Amino acid sequence: MSTAAAVVMPPRAGLIGTISDYFWRRPEIFVLLLLAPPLLWLGVIYVGSLIALLVQSFFAIDEFSGMVDRSQLTLKTYGELLRPQNLDIILRTVAMAAAVTLASAVIAFPIAYAAARYLKGKWKALFYLGVMLPLWASYLVKIYAWKLILAREGILNWVFENLRLTWLLDAWLSLPVIGGNSLSISYTGTFIVFVYVWMPYMILPTQAALERVPTTLVDAASDLGASPLQTFWRVIFPLALPGIIAGSIFTFSLTLGDYIIPQIIGTSHFFIGQAVYAHQGTAGNIPLAAAFSIVPIAIMGVYLWLAKRAGAFDAL
Amino acid sequence: MNPAVRFAAVSRHFGAVRALDDITLDIAPGEFFALLGPSGSGKTTCLRLVAGFEQPTSGEIAIFGEQVAGVPPYRRSVNTVFQDYALFPHMNVAQNVAFPLLLKKLPRAERDRRTKEALALVKLAGYGERRPGQLSGGQRQRVALARATISRPKVLLLDEPLGALDLKLREQMQEELKALQKALGITFVFVTHDQGEALSMADRVAVFNEGRIMQVGTPAEIYTRPVSRFVADFVGSSNVLSPEFVGAVTGRRNWASLRPEAIRLVPAASGKGVVSGVVVSRSYLGAATRIAVDVRGTRIHAVVPASETAPEEGSHVGLAFSTDAFHFMEGEE
Repeated sequence: MSTAAAVVMPPRAGLIGTISDYFWRRPEIFVLLLLAPPLLWLGVIYVGSLIALLVQSFFAIDEFSGMVDRSQLTLKTYGELLRPQNLDIILRTVAMAAAVTLASAVIAFPIAYAAARYLKGKWKALFYLGVMLPLWASYLVKIYAWKLILAREGILNWVFENLRLTWLLDAWLSLPVIGGNSLSISYTGTFIVFVYVWMPYMILPTQAALERVPTTLVDAASDLGASPLQTFWRVIFPLALPGIIAGSIFTFSLTLGDYIIPQIIGTSHFFIGQAVYAHQGTAGNIPLAAAFSIVPIAIMGVYLWLAKRAGAFDAL
Repeated sequence: MNPAVRFAAVSRHFGAVRALDDITLDIAPGEFFALLGPSGSGKTTCLRLVAGFEQPTSGEIAIFGEQVAGVPPYRRSVNTVFQDYALFPHMNVAQNVAFPLLLKKLPRAERDRRTKEALALVKLAGYGERRPGQLSGGQRQRVALARATISRPKVLLLDEPLGALDLKLREQMQEELKALQKALGITFVFVTHDQGEALSMADRVAVFNEGRIMQVGTPAEIYTRPVSRFVADFVGSSNVLSPEFVGAVTGRRNWASLRPEAIRLVPAASGKGVVSGVVVSRSYLGAATRIAVDVRGTRIHAVVPASETAPEEGSHVGLAFSTDAFHFMEGEE
């Protein structure tokens, strides 16, 4: 009998050994186990609530009793959404979300471009710090800070006054719709704060996309005769577009759903988030609140579908 | 006639690093020229200087007699085939190839016609609609070639053009590149670290080391008459022999190279060998067997044709060669 060591080692003793051997043979079970808690959360709590919400939106409120009629499913509540005052809320919110997204993209791009193409080492670290730092402060603190900045007695007015530019601010505030008594109670103010608060979510994906554009492609474009401007429009921008779209998904959906910023800074006209808040609370009209909640979800669904068709997720 | 590319005392320093140090070199029009050297030897910097991606720290570069100091890449009649091909992933093959023509705002009909021709020249007719990601490495390289040659540059630069291809494809592309260069009549300058590639394709070769040119010459000159130990070592599989060894055999104390194929193996006992030693390793190469013989501490390589039996490891053999086969390297003390 040979005493040479066995080629196959003796099985590892104990329960842990058996379990790790099993996972080694069935990695898919291991992955399932890793993801079980978030999947349960997503499946039961999140999707479950979403379905409950969807179902609620197909109930309607009984006009005489003011009670929710749960005996039948109806599209009546969705009909309510189309009433002028509710349609106004939807259009106002979508217009604001679109304006905020566009402005964020325009402001974020140069910053992201500089960071991706020129900043290195500690300057890059400083860039990340600068972009992320506002995210560490409480959202409410920032909004109230902005209220003070934008108020009639605020620092912005003071700056305009000292620059002898008060006439410019007044001219702006006298504009219809976007103007108002002061910046802090105008759509302009709401817009400024939205752009400020969501800006990091636009800068970071744009910068990541620009970072992924290989320098040899830029060299190649130049080598083949493209001026810097041509290189930008024909090579760099198309390749960064998925990142900009990814960023716009953040800014657009966050603006669609927010109910705090327009409440603290802006006019008394409602945005979707505020409408949901009001209808589910004091008004007790849960079906209408639910129907309002479905609107951003539907808009985002369409938006994501369009973005996917544009190839925004190919680079993820 | 002006040289296609002229380097006059060109240096490129990156801080304290001398990537290129005082290079003077003329590349003739229509030449297939190789810049050969190990990584970090400055050959790629040389290429980037001609393309315009880098500016020399000192010295002058002229392309067909025109000084190119301060001229950006997009205003040079020089195109590059990049090592990773650098195809635009958001454009299909035809759009990639037509890119230079689009920038020149040529009419669409002419663009389409010339793109078709260029793709046919690199044997990719009918591939216009594909995306670069759907092509094999060899096909991508052909697209890069078509794109870089479509506007008929004065000089085509190729950065490790065959580096990413497998052996079979590499051999095939070597022939095709030569044929393409003949067909277009453009000056080709290519960078490689593979001596076989440089010797088989180029009309002339410049061997680089540590930012300097060690030797310029035809492949045969470089191979048979290396000027220094570095060139002999890098370019050939030559035996580089020390002054002590060479002195003992020839009476002239100088560094010398001795090509393996100049050595014949004879039985150790026959007395016909100039020196004798012990076989320390054999490697089978197909057409021949390469063996290493230890001669009093100096390792000498020889090749045994497949028609003869190669000696076993550990056996004693004699090495016969003519002392004329030594090439003395004047550049070395």
